[in-house]
Amino acid sequence: MKTPQAPGRRKFLKDSVALAGGLVIGFTLPLKGGRAWAADTPVAPVYPPNAFIRIGLDDSITIIVNKSEMGQGVYTSLPMLIAEELEADWSRIRVESAPVAVVYNHTSFGMQLTGGSSSIPSSWEQMRRVGASARVLLVRAAASLWSVPESECHAENSRVLHANSGQSLSYGALATAAAKLELPQDVDLKSAADFKLIGKSVKRLDTPEKVTGRAQYGLDVYLPGMLTVLVARSPVFGGKVRSFDATEARKVPGVQGVYQVPTGVAVAASGFWPAKTARELLEIVWDEGVGATLSTKGMREQYRALAKTPGLSARREGDAGGILEAAQQVIRADYEVPYLAHAAMEPLNVVVDLKPDQCTIWTGTQSQTMDHAMAAKTAGLLPEQVKIHTTFLGGGFGRRANPRSDFVIEAVQVALVVKKPVKVVWTREDDMRGGYYRPMWVDSVAGAIGQDGKPVAWRHTIVGQSIVADTPFESFMTHDGIDATSVEGAANLPYSIPNIEVGLHSPKNVVPVQWWRSVGHSHTAFVVETMMDELAHQAGQDEVQYRLALLEKSPRHAGVLKLAADKSGWGKAKLPAGHALGVAVHQSFDSVVAEIAEVSIEGGKVRVHRVVCAVDCGMVVNPDGVRQQVESAVVFGLSAALHGEISLDKGRVLQSNFHDYTPLRFSEMPKVEVHIVESHDRPTGIGEPGTPPIAPAVANALFKLTGKRLRQLPIDRATLA
Amino acid sequence: MITLNVNGKSMKVDTDPGTPLLWVLRDHLQLTGTKYGCGIAQCGACTVHLDGRAVRSCVTPVSMANGRQVTTIEGLAETVLGKTVQSAWQDIDVPQCGYCQSGQIMAATALLQENPAPSAAEISTAMDGILCRCGTYNRIRSAIDAAAAELKGAAK
Repeated sequence: MKTPQAPGRRKFLKDSVALAGGLVIGFTLPLKGGRAWAADTPVAPVYPPNAFIRIGLDDSITIIVNKSEMGQGVYTSLPMLIAEELEADWSRIRVESAPVAVVYNHTSFGMQLTGGSSSIPSSWEQMRRVGASARVLLVRAAASLWSVPESECHAENSRVLHANSGQSLSYGALATAAAKLELPQDVDLKSAADFKLIGKSVKRLDTPEKVTGRAQYGLDVYLPGMLTVLVARSPVFGGKVRSFDATEARKVPGVQGVYQVPTGVAVAASGFWPAKTARELLEIVWDEGVGATLSTKGMREQYRALAKTPGLSARREGDAGGILEAAQQVIRADYEVPYLAHAAMEPLNVVVDLKPDQCTIWTGTQSQTMDHAMAAKTAGLLPEQVKIHTTFLGGGFGRRANPRSDFVIEAVQVALVVKKPVKVVWTREDDMRGGYYRPMWVDSVAGAIGQDGKPVAWRHTIVGQSIVADTPFESFMTHDGIDATSVEGAANLPYSIPNIEVGLHSPKNVVPVQWWRSVGHSHTAFVVETMMDELAHQAGQDEVQYRLALLEKSPRHAGVLKLAADKSGWGKAKLPAGHALGVAVHQSFDSVVAEIAEVSIEGGKVRVHRVVCAVDCGMVVNPDGVRQQVESAVVFGLSAALHGEISLDKGRVLQSNFHDYTPLRFSEMPKVEVHIVESHDRPTGIGEPGTPPIAPAVANALFKLTGKRLRQLPIDRATLA
Repeated sequence: MITLNVNGKSMKVDTDPGTPLLWVLRDHLQLTGTKYGCGIAQCGACTVHLDGRAVRSCVTPVSMANGRQVTTIEGLAETVLGKTVQSAWQDIDVPQCGYCQSGQIMAATALLQENPAPSAAEISTAMDGILCRCGTYNRIRSAIDAAAAELKGAAK
C-alpha cells in the first residue's frame, strides 16, 4: 500500500469533531464476557470531546481506536499518542474498537483500514492533536470555573491545576463543563523533549486479557439462537456447484439446514462439530472451470518464458541492455518464490445477525469501510442499517484486509438463506486452501560490473500476478499498467548504478492473490539482496563494504548497515566452525532495516542461530513495541524462507494444514536482537519492514557455507549438500 | 450425558461422545479462552489440562474427559503455579495477536508442574508443538524461565 501523507490540520479537525456537538455515545456489554461495543443506550454520563476520547465522571478515560488490533500493538501505541497530549493518567486508560464511521477513516487512505505499516505514521499527528484539543478544553473549563486566566493553569495526570491558588480538579469533574465548550481551531503540540510517554517502553494494554483467555476474537462471539455454518467451497478456484446431495448430511444430529450459496454449499448446525461432520457427508458435483488445468509446474514454465522478454518498463535509466551486451563480467540469475498463505492462527470467521432492516456483524477485519459497504450491498440494506464490531484479530498479516471483502460477503450471503444469526467458520483447511495468497514470482536479473568491481548495469524483469488488478485499489495503485506493489523494492533500488532497467509482466489466472506482510518487498528484497551479494563476491569485496560504497546517497541504509555489522561482529567475531553470517538491507514502508543472520547446516537442515537487526523507523513511540514487531516480522519472513510454499496441481492446492505448511516452530527460533537507530524524524512503518531482509540474509549466509547460490524459496526445497 | 469437571465445577453435557472436548468447551460451555487453530493436533492452540497433563482438546473426544478434571485458561489462576505463569507472561509482554497464548500458557504450566526447573532444551521440546505466527517464542522462553525462578524463590 502507498505510504500515507500527513493530513492537513484543518481537514483533520473538521473530521475529528464529526461526532461531537452533543451526541453522546453510550456503551453496553451485550455479550457474556465480551468487550464493550458501541450501543445506543448510554449507561453513564460521559464527555466526548471528540470521536476518539470519552471521559467518564469517574475519571475513566476511554480511547476509541480506529485501527484493528492484530498483534501489532495499536491498542497501546495509539492511546499513547492521545494520552501524551491529553496529559492523561495512563493507569486509567481503557480501549474500545471504533465503529464504522467517516471520522475513523485512515488519514490518507480515505477509508477505515489497517495495513501498509501505516497506523503510527498516519496517526502520529492526528492522535496527538485529538489529545491536545481535549486538554485545551479541560483547562479552559477549569479556568472559567475558577475565574482565572487559562495561562495560569496546567494539566497533569488527568487533573487541571492552578498553582497560584493551589486549586485542582480532575478531568472527570471537569468533563460536563468542558463538553459545553467549542473545540479549538488549532492546537500546539509538545516538542519531543517534553514527551512523558512517547519514546518509553510502555506495557501493552491488551496483555491482561490475552493471558487470561478473556480477549474476544471473532470466533469467540456467541449470540442467542446462533448457528455455526461451514461452507463446502470449490476444490478449484473459480469452480461452481453443479448439483449436490445432502441426504446423509441432514441426518447428522444438530444439523439445521443445508443451503446452496454462491460460494458453495453451506451446512448450518448447532455447533462446529456437527457442521463439520455433516459437511464431510455432502456429495457435490462441481463445474470446475478453467482453474482445473492450473499447476505450479505449468505456471513456472509460463513465467520463465515471460521473464526472458522485457515487459512493461517500471524504471529505465541509461542503457542497461547495451552495457550488458558488451560487458566482460556479467552475472545472470533466475529466481522463483512460491505462493504463500497468511495462515493466521485464528482461521477466518464472521458472525452475522441479519434482520429485515438491520445487519450486525462481528469479525476481525482490517478493512471496515469496504466490508461495511459490501455487506450493505449484499444484504440489500442501506449503509446506516449495517454495523460492524471489530473484535481482536488472531493475526491478520494482510489476509483480513480483503479488497473484495470475500469472507464478509459470503457470511452475509449465508445469513440471507439461513435466516438466523450465523457464525461462518473456516476450518484450517478452508483457510489454507481459500486463496488470496502472496503471489508466486519469477524474477530474472542480469548485473554487470566494471573494472573497479562496481555494478555498471542492472536489468531486472519481474513476473507475477498483480494483487490490485480488478479490485477497487487498481485505479490508484496501478499506473501505466504497473502495479506499484509488484515492483516496490525493485524499481526504487537504492544502490548507485548508472544503467538500470526494471520490467514487469502481470499475467492473470484464477488463483486469488493479496497483500501478505511486506507485500511486493517480500520477493524483491530476496532477489535484489542476493544478487548484490553475488556482485560483491564477483568483485572480490566484503559484502557490507561493497554495499556501503553504493549507498552514499542513502544515509539511512548506510546507517542501519553499519549498526548491524557492528552489533553482529561482522568481519571480527570468531564464529563456531560451520557457521556463517549473511547480510541484507532493505527499505520498505519508509523504514530501513538491515539484518545479519548467523546460519549453519546441521544434518542437512538449515539452522538460523541469531539474527541481528538494525532499524531506522524514525521517531519511536513505544520501543518495546518496535522490538516486538521486528521480532515478529523476522519470524514471519523466516517461516516463509525456510518452509513456506503453496503449490497447485490440477487446480487443487496441495497443502492443507500445519503439517504441510509449517510455520517456524519453537525449537527453530533464533535469537533476535533489535537495535533501533535514534532518530528525530517523523515515525515510519514498523509492522512489515523487518520481514523482507531475512530471506536474503539467510540465503547469503548459506552461499558462504555451500558455495552455491540459492535462488529459489523455500529453502526446504533446495539441495544443500 | 457426559459429566465433566471443568475448572472445579461439575457440569453435564448432552452431546455425541465423539465430539472433541474443544467444541464442548467452546460451543456448549462458552469457555472461549481455549482456541481452535488446526483441528489435527498440529498447533496446540487448544491445549488444556486433563488431570493436570497437557492434552490437545481438538483431538480429545469428550468421552475421554468423562469424570476427569479439566482445567482451561479460565481456571488457571486458581493455582499458584498458574497465576505465576500468567503474571510472568504479563511482565514480559509476551502476547502479540494473543490467539495462541492460551495454549502456550497451558503447555508451559504443565511443563513446570512436572519439571519445575526445565533446561533450555527441555523447554524447546515441551513447547515445540505450540505454534505462534507472531514470533513470540523468545519471550515465551523468557517468561518460562522467569516463572521457574519465581516459583523456586517462593519455595525456599
